[in-house]
Amino acid sequence: MNAIFEYFGTIFKGVKTLLTGMKITGKYVFTPWKHVTQQYPENRETLKMFDRYRGEVIMPHNENNEHLCTGCGICELNCPNGSIEIISKMVVSEDGKKKRAIDQHIYHLGMCTFCNLCVKACPTGAIVMGQNFEHAVWDRSKLTKVLNQPGSKIAQGVKE
Amino acid sequence: MGFNIYDFTEMTHNMHLWFLERMSPAMTTVVEWTIIGVCYLLFIALFGLFLVYAERKVCAAFQQRLGPTRVGYWGLLQTIADFLKLLMKELIMPKSADKFLYNLAPFIVMIATFMAIAVLPFGKGLQTMDFDIGIFYVTAVSSIGVIGILIAGWSSNNKYSLIGAMRSGAQILSYELSVSLSLVTMIIFAGTMQLSGIVEGQRDAWFLFKGHIPALIAFVIFLIAGTAETNRGPFDLAEAESELTAGFHTEYSGIKFAFFFLAEYINMFIVAAMATTVFLGGWMPLHFGSLESFNHVMDFIPPLVWFFIKVCGVIFLIMWFKWTFPRLRVDQILTLEWKYLLPINLINILLMCLVVLTKFHL
Repeated sequence: MNAIFEYFGTIFKGVKTLLTGMKITGKYVFTPWKHVTQQYPENRETLKMFDRYRGEVIMPHNENNEHLCTGCGICELNCPNGSIEIISKMVVSEDGKKKRAIDQHIYHLGMCTFCNLCVKACPTGAIVMGQNFEHAVWDRSKLTKVLNQPGSKIAQGVKE
Repeated sequence: MGFNIYDFTEMTHNMHLWFLERMSPAMTTVVEWTIIGVCYLLFIALFGLFLVYAERKVCAAFQQRLGPTRVGYWGLLQTIADFLKLLMKELIMPKSADKFLYNLAPFIVMIATFMAIAVLPFGKGLQTMDFDIGIFYVTAVSSIGVIGILIAGWSSNNKYSLIGAMRSGAQILSYELSVSLSLVTMIIFAGTMQLSGIVEGQRDAWFLFKGHIPALIAFVIFLIAGTAETNRGPFDLAEAESELTAGFHTEYSGIKFAFFFLAEYINMFIVAAMATTVFLGGWMPLHFGSLESFNHVMDFIPPLVWFFIKVCGVIFLIMWFKWTFPRLRVDQILTLEWKYLLPINLINILLMCLVVLTKFHL
């Protein structure tokens, strides 16, 4: 008797779970306004990538052309495929001490896999992932970018 | 020649007479066969392309996508473009494949499809052959297709093709039973195997409503087994893209591949059309017992439209299955058939016999 209950129990359980699945997909069909497809070239003006999208590595600068990069080179060490090169320089601060600073933060977009490791490793949060994804260029050399803007310097109060 | 969209019997009869006046009876037969053949060919090509398009759109909707949108308005010309591309492709012959069988296989699959489609009643008088054993004929010829699949897998000289073909063989052999038994249930209820007779029997109410519980069980079983018989998801382990690349038609290219592809979709149409004819009243309009005005409004819709509305509904249901359920393993497929569908089906036949004997139906 128990076996019979089990037999029909499996049938009803199976039908129930199948109907649950069909309910979910049915909801997708009959709510077409929720479809996720982006009609890309047409909606280029209004398309906004979501915040966590990893388009490229960028270094934000504030209005005084200051960034947070100390030139420590931890991002360069953490990059698995060598997309980042740090060229540092020595600067003399006001109190006469010699101090290392960033000269050029070179970023090879063509080699980057957007793994986010450099952003996670950065101790000062100087680099972040940007949302721009239109990277097509005619010349490969244009994919090598210098992230710190010319004439920029480190912001006040950034601890090494 | 009068043209009546509600009844084609007169029109076809007049056409027959018109031909007989002008040529010998033998010639008439040949001409009529040719016309009917061309009509079916056109129907299969056009409806197959439409089904492929519908499948892509429906699949996209189930996955919250849009599907093809670029070629033509709403991507309507997409499948035509795909088909033209397939026509222009090179026909590749695998090394040390069995050439004769390799070339024969797609035609066997296609011929089985053609033979099955020939008896379907599309409307009143729109039926090529009205056998008095129509259902028996359909179940018989629709299983010829598996021979084509087996031949395709064997002759391709490819292990994946052979595995796919063998799986397909095991599957169709098992599920043929369920399809036939669920149809037997309805034959007991209808009292005839003739497809036009079955449709005529549903004039006042569809068999699904008339036969209530046993008919409903038979309908569900027919849908499950029919989906399995057409090798569609969730029973598509014969082609199993993720395991066997494409199963039995891995080695086929160009128009031969298109034959398999088209045959698969037309088989889906045949299953849907059989479900429509046997359970959902074929081309009969929807009637509710005493609602006179409602019944009259429904009568205004031509039978051909009714038939295709119902078929498209069933096809949508089958697509719903495909894009919701995960693929079954071989052992799960055989368990489902031999441990669940077959016993339930046999008990269901007994139940239907009781219903018919006690006249406990509408």
